[in-house]
Amino acid sequence: MADVRSADSNAADTVVAVDHLTMRFGGLVAINDVSFAARRGEITALIGPNGAGKTTVFNCVTGFYKPTEGMITMRQRGGREFLLERMPDYIISAKAKVARTFQNIRLFGGMTVLENLLVAQHNVLMRASGMSVLGLLGARSFREAEKAAVEKARSWLEEIRLVDRADDPAADLPYGAQRRLEVARAMCTNPELLCLDEPAAGLNPRESAELNELLLRIRDHHSTSVLLIEHDMSVVMEISDHVVVLEYGIKIADGTAQQVRNDPKVIAAYLGVEDEEVETVEKRIETETAQ
Amino acid sequence: MAVETEGAVPSTPEGAQIEDEARIAAAAGEIPRARARAQEHGIGRGVREGLLAAFVALAMLAPLVGLQTDEDINNKLILKTRWPLLALIVIVVAVVRFLMITVLAPRRAARKEAKASGRAAAATPSGLRRFFVPFAIAALFAYPPVVLALSGIQGSLKWVDNFGIQILIYVMLAWGLNVVVGFAGLLDLGYVAFYAVGAYSYALLAIHFHLSFWVLLPLAGIFSATWGIILGFPVLRLRGDYLAIVTLAFGEIIRLILLNWRSLTNGGFGITSIPKVTFFGIPFDASQNGFAHLFHLPLSSAYYKIFLYYLILLLALLTAVVTTRLRRLPIGRAWESLREDEIACRSLGINTTNTKLTAFAIGAMFGGFAGSFFSARQGYISPESFTFIESALIIAIVVLGGMGSMIGIAVAAAVMLGGIEMLRELTVLKAVFGPDFEPTQYRMLIFGLAMVIIMLWRPRGLVGSRTPTIFLLQRKSISADMVREGHG
Repeated sequence: MADVRSADSNAADTVVAVDHLTMRFGGLVAINDVSFAARRGEITALIGPNGAGKTTVFNCVTGFYKPTEGMITMRQRGGREFLLERMPDYIISAKAKVARTFQNIRLFGGMTVLENLLVAQHNVLMRASGMSVLGLLGARSFREAEKAAVEKARSWLEEIRLVDRADDPAADLPYGAQRRLEVARAMCTNPELLCLDEPAAGLNPRESAELNELLLRIRDHHSTSVLLIEHDMSVVMEISDHVVVLEYGIKIADGTAQQVRNDPKVIAAYLGVEDEEVETVEKRIETETAQ
Repeated sequence: MAVETEGAVPSTPEGAQIEDEARIAAAAGEIPRARARAQEHGIGRGVREGLLAAFVALAMLAPLVGLQTDEDINNKLILKTRWPLLALIVIVVAVVRFLMITVLAPRRAARKEAKASGRAAAATPSGLRRFFVPFAIAALFAYPPVVLALSGIQGSLKWVDNFGIQILIYVMLAWGLNVVVGFAGLLDLGYVAFYAVGAYSYALLAIHFHLSFWVLLPLAGIFSATWGIILGFPVLRLRGDYLAIVTLAFGEIIRLILLNWRSLTNGGFGITSIPKVTFFGIPFDASQNGFAHLFHLPLSSAYYKIFLYYLILLLALLTAVVTTRLRRLPIGRAWESLREDEIACRSLGINTTNTKLTAFAIGAMFGGFAGSFFSARQGYISPESFTFIESALIIAIVVLGGMGSMIGIAVAAAVMLGGIEMLRELTVLKAVFGPDFEPTQYRMLIFGLAMVIIMLWRPRGLVGSRTPTIFLLQRKSISADMVREGHG
């Protein structure tokens, strides 16, 4: 709890604050009173064993689930605030500027790589096409807007090294390229917060290292804060500025990668403890939380 | 091939190595080897399969074709035999099966292999398509004068009306439905409802308010689009089978309302003497101001039909131009991405509600245009014209043509409707099956057979590939197995 309060005190830094989030599915409590804050310009990792509720937190933040209780506040650079738990998913992306990717890649497989990136710029292009009326008449303003959108897509393709595959169907790309494309597609919506659901899943070590670089570039050059779920500890420990650990829907640790790594509760959650040691470890945890 | 050497190699350590290599080579060349085997036994296998097919045909058809019950002069039931006909059919079956195995199957295997090895090369669109479209449009414009020259004024009536106008109405309807089914991937089984709304809007407003066709055409489109949105709202959350059922029910509701609201629609008797379309105010009748009189032409209904032909041709082309342009706009890409993955769409900030509703509204609008044209052309409409079978026919055209492909759909409409009409013309069949044979009685059978054959031959329709809406370096068409069909 102390962490949340400290995050609130320097609120200017917070990009998204999750307060007392609870999500119940019938009798199952997927998340139980979780609070944390992701700071602007940082990469925040959400980790935990399988079934800890990480993706549920993500789905609440991006509006795909409506939380049972709690508040999620998105604070934009200009100071505008959005209460994400009250907004439909597509408005969260369009107005609150929160973009996301999916655990199992959701590209538009039958559309080309370039088309995927243009669909991500739908709202900008839709306005430029005068809700399709100007576009239907072939207005110059729309053609220019489209050209700009293609340029933006091209710059992202250069970033993810897929320019020469621009006109191939997305389903035809190798797995690693599909992951990169999904990140680029999310970035084409101009987000202030990018939520990545296991971006390194299924990548080989080289691709995983490339992804790390891409995420660092996104943080540093595109001034986008990143919230990511990851199982691959090499990704988490190398690039994240801040790590939040969940277990059974409860937050068990929150801090820098180094702090979290040495936390006995985290070690217990990930590695388990010997039967004889359970009591001693529990006692130690209790005394620590009491302090 | 390396396989043959395998047995001959001695099993010394050196040889074992060679043997391994041979095995690897054989594994790599698995497909050619399988093909070689198929070719080797091609004739033998063909004979075997042919005989098997002949046996099955004989067993199945012997009672069906070989025996015929008839009445003699005393009205007694007698049994006739038709062994020669049975023998002929069985032989044809055997030969066809033999040819399929020996000629068709190797060719198909070769094509599949070529496709697998050079997918990118095969995926580039041919120049044929670019050439085909202007040529087809020019041919459509030249069609009435050519028919007029070939078969005279009265003779041309049938060709322009039954073939030209009839087919073009369905082309237009199928292009309109393509927006909903082909682009947005929403299976709409009640499309004929919008056709009905357009037709009744024109009929009722023209009769009661004496408005001209040119005013009522856009109005009918607007009314239908409104109904499209009204249908769209309740079905927004539905997908797949459920969406299909609700749209199907919607089509039936509209038809039943038209049938039962007698004070307005005259029920099952339909609406008669619907005003004709005028040629910019010049009516097509025998009066002093009539078209024939003004242009010093002999009085004939053929001119009206030719005028209607050009009118529906222009309306269909308008549909084609608007829908292809919309497809390249952000809204069109949103429709297609909705078909590919709705959840991803929402994550990118696309309002899927509005996107679905615009698809329904625009599809319905073109249905309304076609409906108002239909009612002006017929002069008489009744709920009979708007049954479910019409919806099914339009859906069938869209699916057979290849969902999303304008050219494929136009060709499918021409083949399906033209084919049915053509059956009437086939007097040759009478010479084969005797003077009592009425080919039109078999049209639904042939229709169904044709659909099955097209679906077997091309599971994703005549034109299955998708053309990208925009390209960076090179335009490549996307093969059908990548493109999703939507949630239903």
